[in-house]
Amino acid sequence: MPAKTQYLLASLGRRASARLKTSVLHVQDYVVLAARGLAGMVTRPLHARDVLTQMDSLGVGSLSIVVLTGMFTGMVLALQSAASLDVFGARPYVGRLVCVSIVRELGPVLTALMVTGRVCSGMAAELGSMVVTQQIDALRVLGTDPIRKLVAPRIAAGVVMLPILTIISDILGIFGGSLISIFNLKLSWEYYWRTVGSALGINDVVMGLSKPVAFGFILTSIGCYMGLSTRGGAEGVGASTTQSVVAASVMILASDFFMTKLLLLLFPVV
Amino acid sequence: MGDLLRKIQEVKEGVSDLLGVAPAATEPRESAAPDEPIVSFRDVHLSFDRPILRGVSFDLHRGGTKIVLGGSGSGKTTILRLILGLLKPDAGSIRVDGADVGRLGEKDLREVRLKIGMVFQEGALFDSMTVGENVGYRLLEDGGLSEEDVESRVLEMLGFVGLQAFYDRMPSELSGGQRRRVAVARALAARPQIMLYDEPTTGLDPITATTITDLIVKVRDLDGVTSILVTHQLRDAFNVARTFVYRSADGEFTHNVIDKLDVLAGTEFMMLREGRLQFEGTPYELSSSGDPYIREFLS
Repeated sequence: MPAKTQYLLASLGRRASARLKTSVLHVQDYVVLAARGLAGMVTRPLHARDVLTQMDSLGVGSLSIVVLTGMFTGMVLALQSAASLDVFGARPYVGRLVCVSIVRELGPVLTALMVTGRVCSGMAAELGSMVVTQQIDALRVLGTDPIRKLVAPRIAAGVVMLPILTIISDILGIFGGSLISIFNLKLSWEYYWRTVGSALGINDVVMGLSKPVAFGFILTSIGCYMGLSTRGGAEGVGASTTQSVVAASVMILASDFFMTKLLLLLFPVV
Repeated sequence: MGDLLRKIQEVKEGVSDLLGVAPAATEPRESAAPDEPIVSFRDVHLSFDRPILRGVSFDLHRGGTKIVLGGSGSGKTTILRLILGLLKPDAGSIRVDGADVGRLGEKDLREVRLKIGMVFQEGALFDSMTVGENVGYRLLEDGGLSEEDVESRVLEMLGFVGLQAFYDRMPSELSGGQRRRVAVARALAARPQIMLYDEPTTGLDPITATTITDLIVKVRDLDGVTSILVTHQLRDAFNVARTFVYRSADGEFTHNVIDKLDVLAGTEFMMLREGRLQFEGTPYELSSSGDPYIREFLS
């Protein structure tokens, strides 16, 4: 093999190995941070005031986007499903389809993605700025564990508030579907809500509420990890913010698949 | 390799913290005897992508002041971060009041950090808290004092730095000099034995810089706090070495400036060059040094 090719291959190998090592270290650091964040939620000292602040910021602050997303998703879903169901003369099943789709899948995923865009990026930017302005070092010097003070309250807020936001989104989505069904598809209000009620089973509710807990954990822990691993100045903060949204969105969609698989095994659709 | 070993150590600490198990302390953490150095570096090495510190050794005795000079990237700030345990050395030992901070886990380091006050380069005040909350942060977190006692201590500290009227202001409303003064007040709130100053006058006008150096002198002379000042501002470094302050009978602070360098004692200079200790000695020895690098630095 020519020397130049050998050199190129060796160089490529070194780069690949360095990249692999960095990726493994990132995963390892993330796992440790997430685990310490979880431990910080249940062991003393607890920063209850910070948890409430984060719940307000994550939950109440995200309400408007969740309301709009849920409502319009339900309305679009009703329109689209009616167009398909009409082919089979099954328009009366719109309520059933809207309800099940939103509760099982669209409500949790879309709410998580919208909150990721708003909150995960905000967390990464806030913690990233604290890193570059040495506020994290100042916390450690003043005797505070930054993970307990900053990460644990954010994870707690995500795990508690995302299911609540998802419930609100689900209700508004189904309500949006009802508006389209009544005013556009000419179905009766009573019939729509009766089909919704009959379609919803306990397994749907379990699936619809267990996913947001996991998504809340994913988006907050990734936001915190990206923020705390920020290096450099303003450019580093920008990069962390972008990466946090991308990583959290991908992780939410990927974990959604695996959770759906698992939950379908545990709670099969009858 | 150094990076990897450091990572492994961090993960070990993380897991220990997670399990609520402190990593095995290498020795009991007792206070250093009064005649022993309160800060001691022995052959300390640290590398990241390049060597940062190469075999640095020095001692600082109780009540003394060490002024660390050196160009950008010479390792000055790294020394402060090592003392605080924010970084671990690759080799060598760092003792702070008898504790080997290079080998302590995060939980044990908290005990050591309680003895240290740190003033960061830009102040590092918490943006989301008022000036009063910043200064009282450690006291409130410790929970040992009532809210009234914390408030009175905070007002006392803010009075010391001349910013009592700024209690309810947010850090974003302060000038650069005011931020540094609040940072000094925050560092002093828990009555530390050691004060570390990281470039506290960088970017400030000469008058504001003098206000900061006067504060450093007051902390040193009135409270007897051991100090390490990292700077590349020669004017401010010599101000700290030359100025002495005492409280006169009427309670007023009186500043004395001594011009003759050969009579100055108690303050030592250290100069770093590319991670190596280039010089250590008195202000007079520094100013009369024939070392070409030091001459160039001082010129």
